[in-house]
Amino acid sequence: MHGTRILEEADRLMTVCNSCRYCEGLCAVFPAMEMRRAFSDGDLNYLANLCHGCGACYTDCQFSPPHEFNVNVPKTLAIARAESYAAYAWPRAFAGAFARNGLVISLVAALSVAAFIFGFAAFNDRQVLFGVHTGPGAFYKLMPHNAMAALFGAAFLYAIVALVMGVRAFWRDIGEPVGMKTDIGALLQAIRDAGELRYLDGGGVGCFDEDDRPTDRRRLYHHLTFYGFALCFASTCVATLYHYLLARQAPYPWWDLPVVLGTLGGIGLLIGPIGLLIERWKRDPVLVDEARYGMDVAFIVMLFLTSLTGMALLILRETAAMGPLLALHLGVVFSLFVTMPYGKFVHGIYRFAALVRYAMERKAMAHGTGE
Amino acid sequence: MADLTKKFDVLVIGGGNAALCAAISARRAGASVLVLEGAPKFYRGGNTRHTRNMRCAHDAATEILTGPYTEEEFWDDLLRLTGGQTDEELAKFMIRESKDILNWIVEQGVRWQPSLGGTLSLGRTNSFFLGGGRAMLNALYLTAEKLGVEIVYDAEVIDLQIEDGMFLSAKLKQPIDSAVEIRASALVAAAGGFEANIEWLKEYWGEAADNFLIRGTPYNRGSILKMLLDKGVQDIGDPTQCHAVAIDARAPKFDGGIITRHDSVVFGIVVNKHAQRFYDEGEDIWPKRYAIWGRLVAAQPDQIAYIIFDASVRNSFMPTLFPPIEGTTIAELAGKLELDPAALEKTITEFNAAVQPGTFDHTILDDCRTEGITPPKTHWARRIETPPYLAYPVRPGITFTYLGTRVNKQSRMVMKDGKPSANMFAAGEIMAGNVLGKGYAAGIGMTIGSVFGRVAGREAAKNARN
Repeated sequence: MHGTRILEEADRLMTVCNSCRYCEGLCAVFPAMEMRRAFSDGDLNYLANLCHGCGACYTDCQFSPPHEFNVNVPKTLAIARAESYAAYAWPRAFAGAFARNGLVISLVAALSVAAFIFGFAAFNDRQVLFGVHTGPGAFYKLMPHNAMAALFGAAFLYAIVALVMGVRAFWRDIGEPVGMKTDIGALLQAIRDAGELRYLDGGGVGCFDEDDRPTDRRRLYHHLTFYGFALCFASTCVATLYHYLLARQAPYPWWDLPVVLGTLGGIGLLIGPIGLLIERWKRDPVLVDEARYGMDVAFIVMLFLTSLTGMALLILRETAAMGPLLALHLGVVFSLFVTMPYGKFVHGIYRFAALVRYAMERKAMAHGTGE
Repeated sequence: MADLTKKFDVLVIGGGNAALCAAISARRAGASVLVLEGAPKFYRGGNTRHTRNMRCAHDAATEILTGPYTEEEFWDDLLRLTGGQTDEELAKFMIRESKDILNWIVEQGVRWQPSLGGTLSLGRTNSFFLGGGRAMLNALYLTAEKLGVEIVYDAEVIDLQIEDGMFLSAKLKQPIDSAVEIRASALVAAAGGFEANIEWLKEYWGEAADNFLIRGTPYNRGSILKMLLDKGVQDIGDPTQCHAVAIDARAPKFDGGIITRHDSVVFGIVVNKHAQRFYDEGEDIWPKRYAIWGRLVAAQPDQIAYIIFDASVRNSFMPTLFPPIEGTTIAELAGKLELDPAALEKTITEFNAAVQPGTFDHTILDDCRTEGITPPKTHWARRIETPPYLAYPVRPGITFTYLGTRVNKQSRMVMKDGKPSANMFAAGEIMAGNVLGKGYAAGIGMTIGSVFGRVAGREAAKNARN
């Protein structure tokens, strides 16, 4: 007996799949399944998060609907995955944020932007707010650097703590003792698998999106989004180091590292999310968790807005629009940070943890210490 | 949708591996090709849906095959498993051609993977389709569509117009875009056997056929085969024979596929509805003797049997779709199976008493055997004594039939008078009996389908041009 209806269904499917095994070469889910004969809630949550939702096993399955065995692994694991995000959320009181995630994220984003605009207006007089500021320290005429660093540092720290607590619960649930010996090999393997999106390729030909013709577009857009985000994050880190170590204040000239990283990342983070959104719209509803549409869209839109407002700020930073744009950008980024543990962002964290677990299991199997 | 009232160069009837290989090879040879698949799109491909590998000869290990499997070894295997009921010339031709199929099929978009978990015994001889048979079909259909092959689903053919061994047209049950009569210069029949046609099976098996389960789709009704034989094509293969394995009695009537099979016979005993054993469960290495159990169960009253084992071996074989039925005592298990408890207890007590000491090893013909009972269990015999006691109910699961159309090396049908047909070709299960008079080895049906499908398509295209 399982905790939820969807885990019951996932168990039924894994029993069907384990007696077939045709899909074992497609991704990591099926080899991981084959290492087990029975499935606990934790096992099923592990498999659900290991699944990248490429859809190949559905298209290849002789028992998918309308067959009476009604095998739909991508959809079932997508729902189980989304429910697992809520189940592992920290603190527990915020688990409900996953239920109406689109609404929650929109509200937080709106409130956050409003707060920054209101704060900018309250703390600065009109001339400063709509004034033209150039040269080092221009941004900090509107908001002191230390206030900015403290606020965003706290938000980021909170997000990290909440994410760590969630992953801890997940890791414990999928059968790994907390605080076990770090396995560098498995970690590197997981970094490689996640970095390449190795399992978002339908076993080599691409994802099954709107029909049974595979394409590699979703992986491409995801790469643009992920690496775009990573470059933007790197840009922020470099700028922070510049500020504290080199005492060099933003804004930086266009050729300087933070701007180059941020611009490249920002372009990826504009194109990537648009592509992902289009692919999400086009996707065959049979493959996805339709109830979580809001969660997917909210996260994609937040990433897009982060980049859009950042790029607008870069382009218009020497005009009178800088003040309002800075408020807008900071508002969006702040809400992105605080909602990270309660939205689609967590998919990357749990999936990475599942990939680490999978790499460890594979090693154990190869050494003959597994089942 | 193409204009179906025009005359096609090649008409392919059927939609599985053989049909698609024929359609692709005919199209690549420059012919206009129409495929009529009788099933709806989801169920396209007949038995190919449920396959997972193909047996091809190769002289050296490949990326996915662990060692060589020479033409001679393939031929020896085929000779042994058919007991000589094979056309040597055709069989050797097929084996030679199979070498090239390993590459050709990849060029058509199909991808290979190493043998699946639990099938290590096939790692050297058989190439597995990545994602299974339906993935293989999907790849072939995509390639065919890209090449411009016309494909129609739900297109049931109810009559063939054939004159003096020459195909003229096929008549559809339901008109498609007002077309009822499909004309073509050459025909490739690749529409499978009649395993899903219970009435036809009853002609040979009587009422017992009502208790057969069909492992593939309900669309393998053999109607094209029947039309061809009725219209002068020479038959081949024993019409009374079919390939059957023991599958779970709880499986659906049709299309339960591979996941309803049981490979646990060697770990226990098999009894009929009177709780009596009826055959040596330890006769030979699994899966070599796997395929005899369908036939054996078919011969038992009500075509039902029960594999009985105990808790000590429950994890010794692949996990099953349907869980075993459990009883803490033999009598309780018998009650759940609706068997006579006293009879089952007696059978198991006698069996246990007959088990001789030995060292169990299910990978070899070990020395665990019984003495003094009939039938004996000659290997892997161990006492059934650790509760809970477990059972799987099993019935005959029909996979395919052997009756087919005779063909020559061009895959061209041969008429009853011995003359080759002017423009009719056959590939796949519908002509498998030429090579496979009886018996079966994993993946050989797919070899027959791909090799003769490719040949039939090429020859039909050549035929249409002349």
